[in-house]
Amino acid sequence: MRPLREISPSARWALGVAFFVVFFAAWEIYTRGGFVDRIFLADPLTMLREGWLLLVRHNFAYDIGMTIWRVLGGFFLAAAVAVPIGVMMGAYKPVEAFFEPFVSFARYLPASAFIPLLILWAGIGETQKLLVIFIGSVFQIILMVAVTVGSTRRDLVEAAYTLGAGDRGIIGRVLLPSSAPGIAEILRLVLGWAWTYVIVAELIGSSSGIGHMIVDSQALLNTGQIIFGIIVIGLIGLISDFLFKALNRRLFPWSLQ
Amino acid sequence: MSKLRIEGVGRDFPGVRGGAPTRALEPIDLAVADNDFITILGPSGCGKSTLLRIVAGLDAPSTGRVLLDGQPVAGPGPDRGMVFQSYTLFPWLTVERNIRFGLREKGVPEARQREIAASFIARVGLEGFENHFPKMLSGGMQQRTAIARALANDPKILLLDEPFGALDNQTRGLMQELLLGIWENDRKTVLFVTHDIEEAIFMASRVVVMSARPGRIKADVAIDLPHPRPYTLKTSPEFSAYKARLTEEIRSEVLKVR
Ligand SMILES: Nc1ncnc2c1ncn2[C@@H]1O[C@H](COP(=O)(O)OP(=O)(O)OP(=O)(O)O)[C@@H](O)[C@H]1O
Ligand SMILES: [Mg+2]
Repeated sequence: MRPLREISPSARWALGVAFFVVFFAAWEIYTRGGFVDRIFLADPLTMLREGWLLLVRHNFAYDIGMTIWRVLGGFFLAAAVAVPIGVMMGAYKPVEAFFEPFVSFARYLPASAFIPLLILWAGIGETQKLLVIFIGSVFQIILMVAVTVGSTRRDLVEAAYTLGAGDRGIIGRVLLPSSAPGIAEILRLVLGWAWTYVIVAELIGSSSGIGHMIVDSQALLNTGQIIFGIIVIGLIGLISDFLFKALNRRLFPWSLQ
Repeated sequence: MSKLRIEGVGRDFPGVRGGAPTRALEPIDLAVADNDFITILGPSGCGKSTLLRIVAGLDAPSTGRVLLDGQPVAGPGPDRGMVFQSYTLFPWLTVERNIRFGLREKGVPEARQREIAASFIARVGLEGFENHFPKMLSGGMQQRTAIARALANDPKILLLDEPFGALDNQTRGLMQELLLGIWENDRKTVLFVTHDIEEAIFMASRVVVMSARPGRIKADVAIDLPHPRPYTLKTSPEFSAYKARLTEEIRSEVLKVR
């Protein structure tokens, strides 16, 4: 082991899998060995059995689908609004001066604190779920995109000017392409946060979704189901992260080390 | 007739945190004839980049004005091609697309863009690297691409700010020959900034020596050496005579700064 020394892909895989093996082994020993009451913590096998029952008996796939659609819906809405505003803020200082103070303030408003208000305004339907995710994501994306665009290398902008680029050319052919990998990275990050917002929204008022299932299971003291739900969320997050990274690698080969 | 006229151009940078302003350039007059290759030679910090940036329109002079073909310069434009001291290829574009950047901005049809790019890729010897991204290129190749990118736009004047400053001696020599070859071919008006005396003499039809900060024009030396100039010229007695003279001029300036 040396600082920053690369390891082989197979070693990387083996080490990554090793953590999960250790984790599940410890969990298994803890629960089977009677160190904790089964009522409060199901063992891994029970958890998997409960998960299977959820899928085949209780149509859990539908809940998963609902949650995914809410996250993606709210997230895409937020990105569609936030990215253009962020780009304009990064490119034009007056636009930045106009939005920045408010957005910086709004960024610290916790999305979950809006849930009671949103329920009053929009009920407990889909609109309310989308709004929670939207509020949680939009200000973060705006600010981070603005910073990324604003920190575009000045010498590249100047080079473009001496090649005859006008304002549109500078934004479309310098600021955007140079910030694109950064923006993609921001979206990947914020999508991760959107997952936490959706579950909170579903815990508080909902008749479907993974969060809703977790609340139901709590009433039945079914910790296996709760843990299975949490693990499903983690898995979906992992997959979406992986897809996002693969997409970025394909789209921006020039920005890799 | 002069292509470029620099009339009383001076530049003061505002003081940092209430300090006294920095005078980077004393008001300068300089006329550049059409098809001339002028090198501007001066010690570090004497305002060479500042002057070139003002000509490019990237910086505004505090006093005076710059005229290109009789028209005052007000901002950057494609009629003044620039090659920077630092590497400024667009990292997200391949070599070929970097070279086409200005042509596309001008609205040149795509087929014509490709033709022009191909001819400049050949002239700077980058065949086979058309589809490479800048990070895959050596420093010398990046600067050759930058020269091709500026020339592809067919500017009225080419501005180069120590384009070979970061290269090793061997590569630097080859790049000088390449650029000089291109100039001997199309006689594009060139303003070339450097702090390397040999480079200044080898390339130029005229060397303008600048004084230490604040920059002034200290000497203006016509270089009467025949073209084409092979690299062996650098060891000829005439070359050495120019070198001795300019070394003396520059030396007194560098001593002043210390
Ligand atoms: N943006 C700026 N703000 C304040 N001072 C500046 C600025 N740019 C340049 N200067 C000052 O102007 C002077 C000339 O700088 P310039 O970059 O033109 O020098 P140079 O001759 O190109 O030097 P080098 O050979 O090292 O590149 C320097 O003393 C520098 O401190
Ligand atoms: Mg400089």
